[in-house]
Order: sequence, then structure tokens, then C-alpha cells
Amino acid sequence: MNLIDAAFAKLKQEGKTALIPFLTIGDPDIPTSIAIIQELEQAGADMVELGVPYSDPLADGPVIQRASERALQNRISILDCIETAAQAREAGVKMPFILFTYFNPALQFGLEAFMNLVVEKGISGLIIPDLPIEEDEEVRQLAEAKGVHLIPLVAPTSKDRVVRISRKARGFVYCVSSLGVTGVRAEFHSGIDDFLATVREATELPIAVGFGISSREQVERFEKTSDGVIVGSAIVRKIEETLPLLNDAAQREAGLAQIRSFVAGLKG
Amino acid sequence: MNQVPDENGRFGKFGGRYVPETLMNALLELEEAYKHYSQDESFKQEVHDLLHKYSGRPTPLYYAERLSQHLGGAKIYLKREDLNHTGAHKINNTIGQAVLAKRMGKTKVIAETGAGQHGVASATVAALLGLECKVFMGEEDMKRQQLNVFRMQLLGAEVVPVLSGTRTLKDACNETLRYWVSHVDDTFYILGSATGPHPYPMMVRDFQRIIGDESRKQIVEAEERLPDYVVAAVGGGSNAIGIFYPFIGDESVRLVGVEAAGRGIDTEEHAATMTMGSHGVFQGSMSYLLQDKYGQVQPAHSISAGLDYPGIGPEHAYLKDSGRANYFPITDAEALDALQLLSRTEGIIPALESAHAIAQTIKLAPTLDKDKIVVVNLSGRGDKDVEAIMGYLGGA
Repeated sequence: MNLIDAAFAKLKQEGKTALIPFLTIGDPDIPTSIAIIQELEQAGADMVELGVPYSDPLADGPVIQRASERALQNRISILDCIETAAQAREAGVKMPFILFTYFNPALQFGLEAFMNLVVEKGISGLIIPDLPIEEDEEVRQLAEAKGVHLIPLVAPTSKDRVVRISRKARGFVYCVSSLGVTGVRAEFHSGIDDFLATVREATELPIAVGFGISSREQVERFEKTSDGVIVGSAIVRKIEETLPLLNDAAQREAGLAQIRSFVAGLKG
Repeated sequence: MNQVPDENGRFGKFGGRYVPETLMNALLELEEAYKHYSQDESFKQEVHDLLHKYSGRPTPLYYAERLSQHLGGAKIYLKREDLNHTGAHKINNTIGQAVLAKRMGKTKVIAETGAGQHGVASATVAALLGLECKVFMGEEDMKRQQLNVFRMQLLGAEVVPVLSGTRTLKDACNETLRYWVSHVDDTFYILGSATGPHPYPMMVRDFQRIIGDESRKQIVEAEERLPDYVVAAVGGGSNAIGIFYPFIGDESVRLVGVEAAGRGIDTEEHAATMTMGSHGVFQGSMSYLLQDKYGQVQPAHSISAGLDYPGIGPEHAYLKDSGRANYFPITDAEALDALQLLSRTEGIIPALESAHAIAQTIKLAPTLDKDKIVVVNLSGRGDKDVEAIMGYLGGA
């Protein structure tokens, strides 16, 4: 059974909502990313998105763009990011891994080789933000054959596409909370609750909400209407603020503790 | 060849719509509106009238006799897109897209710009049609092109500095797309080249094909036959696809694209996407791309800001792989030499972009018999580059 399905099944029994954090792998370096993933799990994360840094992250706002730039200065590749999953597992992390990558790095790797490695290194799901259903046929077939979940995004503007997208979804449906790029924001799309209800109607799968969620209050708001809450930029920003500590061996533990306590605070 | 693009925006394997789901609805709405209005007589008439009465079309096809004699080979004709209002072919497309924006009921337009030519052409039509205009421009480019920044502001546009990535054209494109995602309700994105997600490459080609349609008619009037070669510079590829497109079915006409080799294709500083790049997905479409082995986009370099771009429009990738068009690299130095030669033989100072097409013609024409005909797209005038050229050539 795919670990994502198992995690959601367990949460459902317990009446809980998944907390799904995101981090950019290699910001500031791979060992620190692995240490952060461990902290995230201890803080109550139920699964984690491993972000592959990319030179042209169209769907991302300034916070994740900066994290990508830092990671790329360290020449972090998609291969390093996939390997990170296996290393984190070896370090004792139990939760499912979801790889978040733009399409071109996967394409250049070779889609079949990419999918084989994803499976081999213990990644359960894929989010490819610039691969709408019109373009995802080849990746979806490869993923399906390997039991990897290709998790699609739906947006408040998707309208009658919601049904078509949800039908092809695996793992869960990623609902974009507001129009625009990733990043912390105070307000969500005005029709967000109707939108979530539409998605709920369209699928048997769990639904998770992301884009702009940064506080316990916002997490709580969506716990009622969705099965998972994704927090990206807020965590990446926390990592950015903590960089001076993370990069100093003497203060590294203190930095990691700050990230853990921030994420534990989101979980409530 | 089959009609391209297909319904999914595919030119063979190239093109498509590789964008976040948040943009899909806006692209589908745009495609729908474009399909409708491109068949609408009053829309076509409005675009036609503006091109003729406002921008000064048709532009001349000029026989460059002194240049032809100097090179001692084929007869060279120049398609004078430099004589358009705002000084380049860019306005053909911004007129079309801005009129479409208005028909769609959008009150605001946004655009990306590198050197500022597309930004100026967008600001110009926005002023003309009473639309609010924001132009996204890399901070680096704003420093290099202060005059064009001021020109856009004079025209009433807001120039938004882009601080992400390399702070040049490719990042300005990213930022414009990001802004569009959150303002799709009232905002139309006027994309400046034959790049990006479907329907842009098709739409920009259709608005630029007037260059080729006129050239075809004019050369037949002048020579009673089709040319042997059509030569054009390619960055994103809008002026080239514009002049190529009406000749694609004429197998005797060779199509020659000229890309920027910067400091040389054996260095890391070039924009020779076709010669040195490989297939990849960038800014919404599958095409050729300058990238590393892990799929990260590599920065481009060219003396010409309009060619300084690591991607290229998908229809050019299709023409290259099908063998219908050939693409050649021209260095900064060759382009500068060509610019000076054209200035001195014909009294025409070309834009640095167009100077690349002239440079390839300088190589090509002497190898051809005197009865051969080469049509070159002189896509823009050099006024915008004079200060930079003065820097390169060390004064007078």
C-alpha cells in the first residue's frame, strides 16, 4: 500500500487532519535538510514535500524563489533531492515523502529513469506544478505502473476542470487556496469554502489545502473542511530566518529547535 | 506540412501548455476569445486600420543595391520593419493583442520586456486604447536601458523592476506570468514573442505574419518571382516566424534563422539556443533550451538584448527538426561589423538584433549567383542601441 494512502487512512480513523510541510532541499545544505525533515516529523508532520530547487519556479513566490537560489548556488540537483529521501529514511524518518519538482528537471533526467529512482529511494508521491492534465499523460502512466501517486493541483479558477482533474488524481487532491503564487498571505480566495466543497463532491480521495497558509489560526480554519493542510513558504521563511544559527555548528541545535517549535505550533 | 499547432497547441512534439493549473483557465479563455475574434470581420478591420493608419504599414521592401554590389553576389532586399511606429516589428503584435484585450473587456494590460522594445510597443498601444499598463523589466535591464524606461513612463506605463533570478528578460517573463496568475480577472498579458504556453506562439505568429504576407506580395511585384532565401534574426523568434510563415509552403524558398552566438559558441557566453541547446520545457512550452544536464536553465548572453534569451519559440524548434528552416549563430563582433557596413553602404542603422540577420547575409550573399534573391527582415532600427554601440566601438 502506498504510504500516503496508509497515512490518510490512519488519520481518518483518528479524526485528524494531516499537516504537510514543504522544504526546499539543499537550503542551506543536504545534511541540514535531513535534520530539518527529522524535526518536522517530531513536530507532528504527517508527510513532507521535498522541494527540488529550480532556476525558473513559475508557481512560487519570493520566499521559495530565494530558497531555490540558495540551493542552486550549492549545485543541488534533482538527483540529490531524490537521494535525500533515502538518506532521511535511513536516519529514521517514517512519514511518506512527496517530491515537488518542476517538469524540466524530471524530463532531462529521463522520465522512466526518474520514476525508477523515485520508487527505489522510497518516494510515494509527486507534485509537478507546471504539468496540467493536458500534458501529464506519460508521467501519469509511468507513475501508475510503479504505484507512485501523481498528485494534481486544482484552483478556484479550475471550475469544470475540477471533476476531470480529480478523476485522474491519486493520493490526494491539492487545492490551491488562493490565486497567485506560493507565499504567506492574510486572506484567501473569497469562494474558498465553496471551492473546497466542489472538490469534495468530485472525489473520494482526501483533499488538502495549500498556498499561503502560515499560522495556527489558518491551519485550524482549514482543518474543518479538508483532510490535509500544506504549509510551504512559512516554513521556508522560518528556515531562512534561522540560517545564521543553522550555519554555525555551535548554534545548529538551537536553530533546529526553533524550526521544530514553529511547526509544532502550527499543529496545535 | 500539416496545419500547426494542433488543438493542444502542439507543433509536432513542441509547444503545449506547461503552466500551473492556476493559469489554465485564463489560457483557455484567451484561446477561446482569440478563435472567435480572429474570424470576426470588425476585429480584423480594427487591427488592419491601426496597422495602416497608426503604425504606417505596409512597410517597404527595399532593394539594397549598394550592399548587394558590395557583397558581389545575390540581390538583397530589406523588409523595412524598422520604419514601423516605435521602430520595430513589435507593434504588429501589441496592436493585435491590445485590441483583443479590449474586445475581451479587460481594462489592464501587462507585458514583459528585455531591452524595452516590447515594453515601449505595449505602453504605446495601451495609451492609444486607454488601457492601464504595467511593464515588468529586470533590474539589470532597467539600468542598461534607462532611456526606454523613461519612454514607457512618458507613455503612461508603470515599469515594475524585477529582482528575481538573473534580473533580465527571462525573469521578467516569469514575474509577468506570476502577476497574471493573481490578476486574471481584469488583466490581459501581452506576450512579446512567439514563445510561452499555447495560444501565444500561434497568436503572436498570426499577428506577425503580416511581415511575410507583405514581403511575398512585394517581391513578386518587384521580381515576378519568390525569393531564394528569407533571413531573420531569432531571439524568441517573433519577427522570424512572422516573415517565414507565409513562405513555409514554398519549398524553393530557404528559411534562415540567425541566433546570437555572443562571445562565441565555444564560450559559455552566448544565446545560441538552436546550435547549443537541447529539447526542454521552459516558460510554458516544449522547445529548444539552454540548460545544464539537470534541467536548470542557463543564463544567455548577447550584445543584443532582444536575442539575450535562453529559449526559443516552439514553432522554430519544429521548423528546425523538420529541416524546413536552418539556424546559424552570429557573434557579437560579427553583428557589430554588419551594423557598420549597412550604415555605411545604405544609410540604415539597424537594431543590434537585425544586425545579426545582416551578418548572416554578408556570409551568404557572396556565395550565391547574381540572379539569386535574398530577403532579409530588418526587424528594427538602431536608434535604441546607438549609445551602447558607441561604448563598444570606443566613440566616433
